[in-house]
Amino acid sequence: MIRVVLPFHLRTLARVDGEVELEVNGPVTQRSVLDALEARYPMLCGTIRDHVTQQRRAFVRFFACEEDLSHESPDAPLPEAVASGAEPFLVIGAIAGG
Amino acid sequence: MSTVRVLVGTRKGAFILTSDGKRERWDVDGPHFGGWEIYHVKGSPVDPNRLYASQSSGWFGQIIQRSNDGGKTWEQPGTKPGEPTTNPDGTPIGQSNKFVYDTSSGSGKPLTTHQWYDGTQHPWEFKRVWHLEPSLNDPDTVYAGVEDAALFRTTDGGQNWQELSGLRGHGSGAQWAPGAGGMCLHTILLDPSNPERMFIAISAAGAFRTDDGGNTWRPINRGLKSQYIPDSNAEIGFCVHRLAMHRARPNVLFMQLHWNVMRSDNSGDSWHKVSGNLPTDFGFPIDVHAHEPNTVYVVPIKSDSLHYPPDGKLRVYRSRTGGDEWEALTNGLPQRDCYVNVLRDAMAVDTLDSCGIYFGTSGGQVYASADAGDHWAPIVRDLPPVVSVEVQTLP
Repeated sequence: MIRVVLPFHLRTLARVDGEVELEVNGPVTQRSVLDALEARYPMLCGTIRDHVTQQRRAFVRFFACEEDLSHESPDAPLPEAVASGAEPFLVIGAIAGG
Repeated sequence: MSTVRVLVGTRKGAFILTSDGKRERWDVDGPHFGGWEIYHVKGSPVDPNRLYASQSSGWFGQIIQRSNDGGKTWEQPGTKPGEPTTNPDGTPIGQSNKFVYDTSSGSGKPLTTHQWYDGTQHPWEFKRVWHLEPSLNDPDTVYAGVEDAALFRTTDGGQNWQELSGLRGHGSGAQWAPGAGGMCLHTILLDPSNPERMFIAISAAGAFRTDDGGNTWRPINRGLKSQYIPDSNAEIGFCVHRLAMHRARPNVLFMQLHWNVMRSDNSGDSWHKVSGNLPTDFGFPIDVHAHEPNTVYVVPIKSDSLHYPPDGKLRVYRSRTGGDEWEALTNGLPQRDCYVNVLRDAMAVDTLDSCGIYFGTSGGQVYASADAGDHWAPIVRDLPPVVSVEVQTLP
């Protein structure tokens, strides 16, 4: 199972507490994790990635294993620790706005 | 006895204020969607318990919320958690926050750029929904005015939205430019006497009218003046802040222009100035008394550079003559050291026999008058900055 940690406002939208656990078939990448996340929680469509371009929204960042993965290719494999469920994939609202 | 429900959108959530017809004691419910910007909340005239809310954030974008019980509970219209997100043919089932400009060749003139601050052309980029206008006869049909300026419509209760691209593509779109608040479509007026006619306004492009249900549009800005537009016959480029109409007389429109309060007696074909004796004719909201089509309300603001009331006095001005002659309404409003603003969508009226007037401020106060503006009192004083105010009069 892939563990995903959502920021407060997206947990509220998805009506979940704590981490989300997802089943991902095939390679574990940003794209496959977010596809699985949106399929299970369709109310999150458009809040992390643009509906059309599928690009990460400007003030959303991705972290895992203490690394900023925001600028990695969405099709690059995520760290093995994420794929194995040892570490969560973190979706972070950037600290911005004063 | 009737109930009044005031729907307040703020920078940090939505609030629902309710009272009986006396409008003396109020219950305050909220915040709903705490921490999110709520640009607008409005109920269906057909089914008052059907509410729609525009919820947005610089981080997570646009969300549409819907309530079927007058705001007690809310949901994002469309797919429930765990249900399939696509039909067997792969088409999406419902994406209530998906506002995608129509650039198809089959539905009009694809238009992909507008004028930017530096005079160059800039791509249209969806940012948020400013205004939601439910249909007068179908609770599942709603119009949405968005930034960058365009008009969208849902006919399935907010599950899917389609652009009425004839507006953005009617011909002048490449010359539209953003105002200081962005290039927003902020006003939508539906003509109760003619379902094919509606009026919209865009900052800073101007006012537009359709007479065929939104397929084709034309600018209605003849007579508007702006010191920054040397061409006195310019068709677009005006920073219209707000339009208002009375249901019984939909051919008469009132406008708070950036500077100047204007009136049209021919559905916007031409406008004339009715600022009269106002202390300043800059401002944002304008509204009309529920039972007196010639009684109009504005909130003068000192200037576009200052954005607060003249002399530190918060005054609503009322004209009982359809403009030109205005009286200051001050009883119960702060008359010293007041430097709040009142935004364009933050004034509304109820339809009780003694017409109630409501407005919200950038300081978080929502004021109400149960006697058409003669006396005012705050319903609440310390909300986040108020963006919008709507009122429902319930049996």
